[in-house]
Amino acid sequence: MTELLQQLINGLSLGAIYALIALGYTMVYGVLRFINFAHSDVFMIGSYVGFYLAPKLGAGSVLGGLAVLFSAMAACALLGVIIEKLAYKPLRNRSTLTVLITAIGVSLLLQNGGQKLFGPNPRAFPKLFPETQLHFGELTVSSNQLIVLAVSIFLLVMLWWIVHRTRIGTAMRALSFNATAASLVGINNDAVISFTFALGSALAGAGGILYAMNYPSIDPLMGTLPGLKAFVAAVLGGIGNLPGAALGGLLIGLVETFISGTRASTFRDAIAFAILILILLFRPAGLLGKMRVEKV
Amino acid sequence: MLEVKNLTVNYGAITALHDVSLRVEAGTIVTLIGGNGAGKTTTLRAISGMVKPKAGQILYEGRDITGVPPHKLVGQGLAHSPEGRMVFANLTVLENLRMGAYLQRDKAVIARELEFVYATFPRLQERAAQLAGTLSGGEQQMLAIGRALMSQPKCLLLDEPSLGIAPLLVKSIFEKIVELNRTRGLTILLVEQNANLALQVSSYGYVLETGRVILAGEAASLRADPKVREAYLGG
Ligand SMILES: Nc1ncnc2c1ncn2[C@@H]1O[C@H](COP(=O)(O)OP(=O)(O)OP(=O)(O)O)[C@@H](O)[C@H]1O
Ligand SMILES: [Mg+2]
Repeated sequence: MTELLQQLINGLSLGAIYALIALGYTMVYGVLRFINFAHSDVFMIGSYVGFYLAPKLGAGSVLGGLAVLFSAMAACALLGVIIEKLAYKPLRNRSTLTVLITAIGVSLLLQNGGQKLFGPNPRAFPKLFPETQLHFGELTVSSNQLIVLAVSIFLLVMLWWIVHRTRIGTAMRALSFNATAASLVGINNDAVISFTFALGSALAGAGGILYAMNYPSIDPLMGTLPGLKAFVAAVLGGIGNLPGAALGGLLIGLVETFISGTRASTFRDAIAFAILILILLFRPAGLLGKMRVEKV
Repeated sequence: MLEVKNLTVNYGAITALHDVSLRVEAGTIVTLIGGNGAGKTTTLRAISGMVKPKAGQILYEGRDITGVPPHKLVGQGLAHSPEGRMVFANLTVLENLRMGAYLQRDKAVIARELEFVYATFPRLQERAAQLAGTLSGGEQQMLAIGRALMSQPKCLLLDEPSLGIAPLLVKSIFEKIVELNRTRGLTILLVEQNANLALQVSSYGYVLETGRVILAGEAASLRADPKVREAYLGG
């Protein structure tokens, strides 16, 4: 029982990070209908921003840790907007394939640029928050895991609020349904697309920090695997569907953690891809995705 | 209020409009009639900036708006209720209406306009919390018009408001259109398959055929014209 609960907490805190990254894939898909493959590298940049800023912002205390977290989010938001403006916006009326290939190009640029700039070797990620182990009976929870969960829940609630309760969030949903109609009501689609990239990239930045806190070494290629798993999470939940991405992330995190705890643990990284193949075969719209019905 | 001069629009190799010119005086209702594929929708799309014309000029309140993107025209009082309605099916009725007033930051004005739209289409108020995609076709049409009204337009481009709607509801929607024109002085450029009804509420009309204006005149004289009667009014 304790074992199960332990795995559940481990799985949720890993899944929460996948959920944060998956939301960025799904939001961008929602407004532009393509998979931003550079997203996983924005996540990596988030970790490095944390790495370099930690000593400067007084990491090790709660306030310092939060300052690092929010700075990484802000830096990634800016990076996301720049990537969109420079790489994707000029291709607005081109085929999805063109944009996809460009996204792969941007991803390679960030990875190789990262190797040049930060060095190719793994670096130890500094301690951001005071760390303790909390014991509940036989259950052990690290303070870092609790921080991951708390921050993720906070960010998910914030995101929900932005998307459903604000003017720009409603515009995002309107644009994702029908870009032409959105411009006819006065929405500046380019501005909303930029905002979407900022939001998604900020979440990836947060994911990068939280991930690095728990897997304490970072390198310029670190985004690939979590990025792919988060992408699978987005597809699992139903690409374009925000609650779906969050749910998908949590599920992938849980499955991966439970698999790691068994004798099949060498398959932990393969499981996400097995899931991808199964969804594509049996439920391509994803768990929460549904076919759209439009009246004519 | 609105003037189109020598407009030519191409879709790739297809020429959808040749040298089309028309005028809409402030405070009037003007109708474009014509068969399927005549270029009516294309004319409205070019005016609201959804397609870029190959040649010609569009003047709105004396300003050249040729090629200005749609989102910039809404703020100038030019609204377009498009063919196929295009309501945001994933948003509630109320959210759709609020999006109609996207550029309006004054909450009091939004509340006032919302009240006005609800008074015009009480059905929308009953359905405020419902997802727009679950509305009936007629309700979606009311929503499309209501959403366009939320931007407080001076000039409304209205594409086929009667499409797929029961005759009784068509009549009531047309009554609302006339009422908006009378009480608010709203200028309307109307595209309509139901030429008879459209010419009844309009003061002026243009007949399009394969991308050209082949006839123009007072609505009453178009209704009396034998060619128009035969081709568009069912004899
Ligand atoms: N996006 C497009 N790409 C290519 N051709 C188009 C496009 N839209 C319209 N056309 C063509 O342009 C011509 C005019 O179309 P338009 O939609 O303006 O006609 P319409 O008068 O509104 O017809 P309807 O009464 O059927 O709505 C048609 O021949 C149509 O096939
Ligand atoms: Mg049409």
